[in-house]
Amino acid sequence: MTQTAKPSVRHPRLKRNKLGLTQRDYEGSQSTLCAGCGHDSITAAITQAFFELDMPLHRVAKLSGIGCSSKTPTYFLSEAHGFNSVHGRMPSIATGANAANRDLSYIGVSGDGDSLSIGLGQFCHAIRRNVNMLYMLENNGVYGLTKGQFSASADVGSRAKRGEENRMSPIDPASLALTLGASFVARSFSGDKKQLVPIIKAALTHRGFALVDVISPCVTFNDHEGSTKSYAHTREHGHEVVETDFVPILHEIQAQQDHGSTTAVTMHDGSVVRFRSVDEGYDPTDRDAAYAHLKELQAKGEVATGLLFIEPTSMDLHAFENTVDQPLVDVPFEKLCPGSEVLAELQSRWR
Amino acid sequence: MDRDSRDRTDDFVVTNDFVVKVATVNGTGSASANGMLMQAIFRMGIPVSGKNVFPSNIQGLPTWYEIRVNKHGHLARNPDVDLMVAMNPKTYEQDIAEVRPGGAVIYDSSWPLDEELFRKDVLFFGIPLSHMCVENFKGDRERILMKNIAYVGAVAALLSIDLEVIKGMLEEKFSAKQHLMDSNNVAIRLGYDYATEHFDCLLPIRLEAMDANRDSVLMTGNMAAALGCVYAGATVGAWYPITPATSLMDAFRSFCAELRKDPETGKNLYCVIQAEDELAAIGMVLGAGWMGARAFTPTSGPGISLMNEMLGLAYYAEIPAVIFDVQRTGPSTGMPTRTQQGDLFTIAFASHGDTKHILMFPADPGECFYFAVKAFDLAERFQTPVFVASDLDIGMNDWVCKKLEWDDAYVPDRGKVLSAEDLQGMDAFYRYLDVDGDGIPARSLPGVDPKGAYLTRGSGHDRFGRYTEDGDLYQDVMDRIARKIEGAAEALPPPEVRLVDGATVGLVTMGGCRGAVLEAIELLADEGITLDFLRVTGFPFCTAVEEFLLSHDVNIVVEQNRDAQLMRLLLLETAVPKSKLSSVLDYRGAPLSAEVVVGGVRDRLGLVPVEAG
Ligand SMILES: Cc1ncc(C[n+]2csc(CCOP(=O)(O)OP(=O)(O)O)c2C)c(N)n1
Ligand code: SF4
Ligand SMILES: [Mg+2]
Repeated sequence: MTQTAKPSVRHPRLKRNKLGLTQRDYEGSQSTLCAGCGHDSITAAITQAFFELDMPLHRVAKLSGIGCSSKTPTYFLSEAHGFNSVHGRMPSIATGANAANRDLSYIGVSGDGDSLSIGLGQFCHAIRRNVNMLYMLENNGVYGLTKGQFSASADVGSRAKRGEENRMSPIDPASLALTLGASFVARSFSGDKKQLVPIIKAALTHRGFALVDVISPCVTFNDHEGSTKSYAHTREHGHEVVETDFVPILHEIQAQQDHGSTTAVTMHDGSVVRFRSVDEGYDPTDRDAAYAHLKELQAKGEVATGLLFIEPTSMDLHAFENTVDQPLVDVPFEKLCPGSEVLAELQSRWR
Repeated sequence: MDRDSRDRTDDFVVTNDFVVKVATVNGTGSASANGMLMQAIFRMGIPVSGKNVFPSNIQGLPTWYEIRVNKHGHLARNPDVDLMVAMNPKTYEQDIAEVRPGGAVIYDSSWPLDEELFRKDVLFFGIPLSHMCVENFKGDRERILMKNIAYVGAVAALLSIDLEVIKGMLEEKFSAKQHLMDSNNVAIRLGYDYATEHFDCLLPIRLEAMDANRDSVLMTGNMAAALGCVYAGATVGAWYPITPATSLMDAFRSFCAELRKDPETGKNLYCVIQAEDELAAIGMVLGAGWMGARAFTPTSGPGISLMNEMLGLAYYAEIPAVIFDVQRTGPSTGMPTRTQQGDLFTIAFASHGDTKHILMFPADPGECFYFAVKAFDLAERFQTPVFVASDLDIGMNDWVCKKLEWDDAYVPDRGKVLSAEDLQGMDAFYRYLDVDGDGIPARSLPGVDPKGAYLTRGSGHDRFGRYTEDGDLYQDVMDRIARKIEGAAEALPPPEVRLVDGATVGLVTMGGCRGAVLEAIELLADEGITLDFLRVTGFPFCTAVEEFLLSHDVNIVVEQNRDAQLMRLLLLETAVPKSKLSSVLDYRGAPLSAEVVVGGVRDRLGLVPVEAG
């Protein structure tokens, strides 16, 4: 089966962004996922976020591992460069790519199997290095593509379609990321585009590793009664901790007319992320408090959502490595090769 | 080798043709003392090699250093020891037994040597090194360190190494640390003076200055390969520490710290990432290569094993990458600090499914430099991983090498990389379309132009880069990649061939076996056995390799692994019949010696050794 292109009908009245592009331009080829799969809604949110941020398509690099979730980069931004790699290893590819070209905008798409089992090591180390990227973890509690085995994010007591119950404690990517020192941690629900889109926009603007863990029900293998990652369960137990609004740099003045009790965090490029606490006293810039709150809700069987934590001025990979501001791929060869005289001088020491 | 084949001067003293072996305990600082000894001989203009035989351990286990001096330039390992510097009582017995009759032993006479260890056919020089160091230095650490320097002084006296040469080296090394220089100078004199005062020069071996090293330098293969990466313009390196590859990245880092700072900002014009494992290291290299950077990873066998899945991805998605495989013994952890050529099978066809990779086999540090540069050119030209397979002996030991040269007119071969203008001028861009008929499609780099965008993938794709599960479309791409890789055979550095009149037998080898095999050819020529020589430098094999094999009645393949991996690859990949091939194998983990080759060839040819006359 080859991939299917979408019919390219352009509606004359479609809204255009600053680049003169419509949201259709930010789409990809037709999804081949199951109808109703949570991943497709995330794809739609990604498309909208990139469109609203006026991102030039070819300056985006989209990467993924293997899984149903990892197939989705084909379904958005068809004019961006993409890399569908191998199972669990997308973080290392993104790290190397980012090391070589720091000027592109990176989005990595992964699943809970891809990130929390086979790729757990790479996931953690990309966080440690604070690789400047948006990391979408499309979390359905199962391995979709291999037909429904439990993943490491399955909750205790969650039932598989065939009936068996998971008894091992889950790996929660959000709390893991917090303990690893992640500089941006958010959680959302694929069915809540209103919450998800501003989070994606903030994550794309954040300099550093931005984890967005999205509960994304697998309608085929994990949407039944007894599953804790089903649409019904997530709708019922999702608990928005903070409401997030992303304000790009140029719109700031208008947006200041917003409602009262908000916290504003200024990003490295001057854009602003606003939080309105739903839970009283929640401070998304306090790592320990965020962690504690997450655990507290978890104990009650609730899933904290929203932009849970942000540290806007952290050091990223390039700051750690002290690399030049210019992307390494653009440094001319003459600046890289020391030449014959230096070689002779060096060798005069090797006697 | 037969002692009597060596040139003798007056009174049975052999000049510039002998082996000194130093037996010590690792972690005591002896490695740098031994290096000094070798360096001093090098500075006297005499051909010399040094082989470090060390345990996989940080402190407390036996370690040896073998120095071979040979005025004819034969510098392969020679296990025939003339002078043993026995500094480790735990290995006295074995060390003393290794000395050839008529040879000599230096030992620490601070404690009496067990009567049973003395041999009548060997000279013993006892020097109370520990006592002298206790008297002259303070603190355990300094006493231990200075004992090494003191035996260097004693050996210098006994072999007539110019003391000024050693003092000069100490000055260069410790110019910034006066107190270290002082102690070193004292220690050198302790050993030197003791030896001069107590022994008339009775040693059957000695050094005499020559002028053979004027155009040479001392370097390790890992240093040279790292420098090759700098000169080739590599900007991204990722790695996970593993002996014997670690020093390659260490060297790259220190060269870059000196040579790769942006003059204006002082920031780095390179990025070295210590990965969490080799899976990540190769992933980073692929990410960077995909972006258009020259990227590499140094590793050894266990790392290669971990990289396998990604290597298939790189092959199939056609991403350039350079992998340095500094080989050590396997399988598994094997003997991690011993040398071998055991990774051929693994790297030639690394990963599942049909793959075949471009390999290069440098024979010495000089070639590590040139091959490193070439590897980046080939990786980008053929858009595929290229392996530079050296080994522990080449990578970690100091070799005397011809000075490296650099042509300032060198321009990197970036292969078919499309610029924004190229892309704009095209009707449509298809990543895997073979426009030129050479199996190499053009590639676009991310971020350059919207027209160049495509999805790189390890899953089935057609020549247009589109996902497919159609067997014909899949096969079309696989066949094209096979053609592309075959095309690399003639682009690799040519093999080294040496022909003599009338020879019908060829000795075939690769990599670090070169020296031992060439020496064996000379020794056998003295016995009237003429042999042609072929050194394979790359894979896939070029036609010159096949022609050589076909034109000889017998080809004896000399290599350092159990399974005759090179021989079997030749059988698989050339038209040579099995009946024309045999092998000489040594996989004990030490650098190859001519002795083994000579014995093996005599055996394969059914010859009786010539009696030493
Ligand atoms: C090395 C390797 N082992 C196993 C697989 C098989 N495999 C493909 S996808 C997958 C699980 C994917 O799960 P997840 O990341 O949660 O993605 P989902 O399909 O649920 O979105 C597995 C085990 C593989 N592709 N590669
Ligand atoms: S199997 Fe599950 S995860 Fe995969 S496409 Fe279907 S619904 Fe989505
Ligand atoms: Mg999943």
